[in-house]
Formats: sequence, C-alpha cells, structure tokens
Amino acid sequence: MLAVAAVTVVAAQTPDRFGFGQPAPREVIAALDIDVRPDGTGLPPGRGTAREGAAVYATQCAACHGAKGEGGAADPLVGADPKGVPPFGPAYEQWRGNRPDVPFTIGNYWPYATTVFDYVRRAMPPTAPGSLTSDETYAVVAWLLAQNGIIGEDAVMSAETLPKVVMPARTRFAPDDRKGGRTIR
Amino acid sequence: MRKKSTRIRFSRRTLLTGTLGAAAASLNARRVAAQTPAGVPSRFGRLPNELGVRAPLEQPKRLPSPTSSRTPLQDLHGTITPADLHFERHHGGVAVIDPQSYRLLVHGMVDRPMTFALEDLKRFPAVSRICFLECSGNLVRAGGEKTTAQALCGLTSQSEWTGVRLATILREVGARPQATWFLAEGQDAAQMTRSIPLEDVVQEAMIVYAQNGEALRPEQGYPARLLLPGFEGNSNVKWLRRIELADQPFMTREETSRYTDPLADGSARQFSFVMDARSIITAPSYPQAVQPGWIEIRGIAWTGRGRIERVEVSTDGGSSWKAAELQAPVLPKAHTRFRLLWRWDGRATEILSRAVDETGYVQPEWPALLAARGRRTRYHLNPVTGWRIGADGRVVCGIDRVSA
Repeated sequence: MLAVAAVTVVAAQTPDRFGFGQPAPREVIAALDIDVRPDGTGLPPGRGTAREGAAVYATQCAACHGAKGEGGAADPLVGADPKGVPPFGPAYEQWRGNRPDVPFTIGNYWPYATTVFDYVRRAMPPTAPGSLTSDETYAVVAWLLAQNGIIGEDAVMSAETLPKVVMPARTRFAPDDRKGGRTIR
Repeated sequence: MRKKSTRIRFSRRTLLTGTLGAAAASLNARRVAAQTPAGVPSRFGRLPNELGVRAPLEQPKRLPSPTSSRTPLQDLHGTITPADLHFERHHGGVAVIDPQSYRLLVHGMVDRPMTFALEDLKRFPAVSRICFLECSGNLVRAGGEKTTAQALCGLTSQSEWTGVRLATILREVGARPQATWFLAEGQDAAQMTRSIPLEDVVQEAMIVYAQNGEALRPEQGYPARLLLPGFEGNSNVKWLRRIELADQPFMTREETSRYTDPLADGSARQFSFVMDARSIITAPSYPQAVQPGWIEIRGIAWTGRGRIERVEVSTDGGSSWKAAELQAPVLPKAHTRFRLLWRWDGRATEILSRAVDETGYVQPEWPALLAARGRRTRYHLNPVTGWRIGADGRVVCGIDRVSA
C-alpha cells in the first residue's frame, strides 16, 4: 500500500512512465528465474534419491564439507542432534550438559528443504555453480536430507515430493517484530 | 640557463618517482620526513596529474580475512569512508561484471517485466543518500586486549550513494498492489539472494551506481547494487541482477540458516533487518598511547532506526556518564561523529561509549544482550565496548566486557 503512496509523490512532478529499459522477453526471464520457493514453485523436472546422491556428494561436496557432511574447510551440513530440539535455548542447554556444542546444520536449523535445493543449484560447488544437473541436485539434496535422518535412503525427491518434506526446524522461526524503544531483545 | 636545467632535473625525478611505484615514494618520503627541518619550503613539486594518491606516510589499510575486510575506523576522522577503505563481505568473491552487457531484470508481480541497462538506470531521476552500511556479523569477541577498533567492529562504513529510487523503477514496471516482498539477486558466483519486505523499504530503497561521487567499486557491487538504508549489509545485494516481486518471502539460505537470531527461549528471529544503535570510540584506542592532560575522546555512533539522539561517554569504567558533542548534521541512519573533552589525571581507567537513538533505545551492555539472545546468539551484536588506559598511557581493548 505504501508503495502506491510513494509512487504518487513522484508522479506529481514526473511522467507516469519514462519509457526507459526494454520489455523482458519470456525466455530471458526463464533463463534467470532460478529461485525455488517453499511451495515448490521453481523446482525443475527431475528426480533423485539419497542412494544416488551419495556419489554426487562424494565427488562434488565431500572435499570441503567432509565425507559424511561433518564439515571441514566448509560448514558442517549433517547433525540432527538434539532430536526435536533446536541447537539453542533452554531445552538444548538441558540436553547438552557437559557435551560440546553441536553445530547449526540442515538437520537442526534449516526450515525448508526447498531452500537446500535452491542454494545448491545457485551456489554450489563454489568453483562451478550451476554445473549439477537437476537429477544430480535432487539426488544430493536427498542425500543431505537422509543423512540428517529426515527422509529414507530410497525416498525419491522431485518437484512433487521435496516441498512436502517437513524439516525439524520448520516451526522455529518467527519474524522480527522489534520497533526500537528501551527494551533489549 | 642554470634555472632551466634545475627544472628539467626535477621533472625527470618526479616522473621517475611516479613510475617507480608507491614503495619507492614511501621510502623517499620517510627519508624526507626524517631529515627536513620544520618550515623549510618544499622543493618544486610535481605538476598536476591524472590521479591523486595518498600522502606517503598516510597509508590506512583494510584488515582482510578470507571472508571479509574491515575498515580502519581508528585512522578516519570524519564520517565518510574513502571508497577504497569500505569494508567488504562477499559470498562468491568480487564479481566481475561487464557494464556493457549488464542488465537488471525486474519481473514477477508486475504489469510489464523489464530489463534495464546501466545507462537506463542512469537516465532516471537520480537521488543521493549518505548512510552507513554495516554487516550484521560485526563483532569479534575473541581478539584479546590487542584488538583494534578495526578488528573489533570494522564491518561498518559510510558513503554517499547515488542512484535511482526503487519506487521509480517499480512505477516503470507497474508493480501490482499484491506485491508485498521482492527477491533481490546478485550476479556474483553465489547468486546471492535475499527477500525484502516492500512496504518497509519502498520510501528509501535505491538502486545505486555511484559511491562518493564515482562509479561503485567492484567490491561494492559494480555496476549497481541495492541500497536499503538502516538494513543489515547482506540485504543490500551487490551486483544486482534481478528483482522479482511476490506476495511472500522466498526463504533463501541467507534469511533462514544465516542472518537469523537464535534466541534464549529456543525460537529463532527471522528478517531482523534493522541495525540497532551502536557506538565505538576510535580514539584513543589500541594501539595508541596517551599522556596525562587534555584528551579529546572521539568516535562514531549510528542506528538503523533513525537518528542518533545522544552518545554517552564514561571515563571511569561505567560509573558515570557524560553526553558527548555530536557533530552536525546528524543524519538519519548515518555514522555520527561524537567527541568529548577529557582531562586525564594519569590514573588507570576504562573509557566507554553508548549510543541512544531517537526511539529511546540504549546500546546494551553485553550481559543484557546475552540474557535476551542466549549463549548461541550469532548476529546483530552491538554491545557497549571500551578501552582500558594504563597508568603508563598504553591503551588496550576492554575485551572482557564482551567475552563473558
């Protein structure tokens, strides 16, 4: 709504449109529109299972993220502990006792499985982002989800199934509602 | 005759110095500085040239790590950060973008999906804005007492940015009223993306192509980046390639697994964009040394929620606080200079600063932040920090204030 108000202010002194820029052809949009949303919008055709993804992970990811996703030069990806509890907060502190802290991972902190697909496809591996096929991406995402104990070894990940995966951290996030003022939050 | 030959010799020497590079020039300058008595006129200097350089003995540097580089806050005097000292944080290195082939695509919930070349962006009415940019990961707590202001919180910088208002572009493409969020995507190797709430930013958001009067530096998103005054650095997407309007956030990696705030109650705060009020004393600070007598304590304060209302400085380890002078003009969402004259009696003490913004928010002490956020808090940390001054005049970081 505010957008409309702001636009009106400008419109008082300037034309409705300047006519700068070019209409974007459908194929230009399609080539760049790579994002994947939680409802599955943007997921490409294709499929993969954890069993198939193990080989992709080993060749494309393990060098930096560790053989089993435990981390290395790059972040740990696997770690489902503590079960049903986020890696912070009162329940976690009680569970932890004298254990070392567990890392934030896909298994305990990522709220959407679709985000894993989106991120792998747009940014991984860092030396050649976008080089994995859709099947390879589904497969390696399946492997990551299976390693974190979220799906089974043979569960097929596709445009239809991936959005239905319920991540352990799905309900832990709440939008910022701070507006300033004296309270430290 | 004699005069002429002298001039020629000078010219050649000047030319040589210029081509031999900074190292030689710096060596020469050190020699000159060491040997020249005060007040002796300079020899005839070099003639006007195409590109200026810093004085040889003034060489502030960023402090790089594999993921970022930090602004030398302790070396700066005003509020504008020289563009080559602006902090860096990249997710796929510094992108190399050809300005000729660059296009910004704007699509999604719009009537007319469009692409804009860099020259198109420059044809729209331009606006300029001075504001800070700060990374939400801007606190290093592990450095020990030999931590400089730069190392402690040098992931904040300020520039005058120039570009086109996002609202102008949205009008051009016919943004639909249902659009409440947009995705901003970079053209870097990470194709970094963030979802931005439209209503919160539309009054101030810009697509900028200039920084401190010249084209953006490559590391600041050349040829164009998103600028969201007051919002965490990461959301000011660099090398901006695509804007997609939608009616909900996209839940990208950088707004779910990253840049979110685990809280003490076991929930995680998401989309915490606005940077809270903060201040840092930049002088005296480690590794400077001071002498008893008059000292002007100097620093910067800033808030993403508007203007800095006041900055309070303590010279007795937090027992008492005095209001510092603020350098006018105090701009919204901008680094603000503060200064306080202090007569040091030579006894060991600690000096501290805390910012208060126009909403009444007071920069917190570390224990209050920790209590609210919990032990595993990771981003948006803005605690009061200080510098301990020994009886010998040595200044070290009061790191224990934030290391508990």
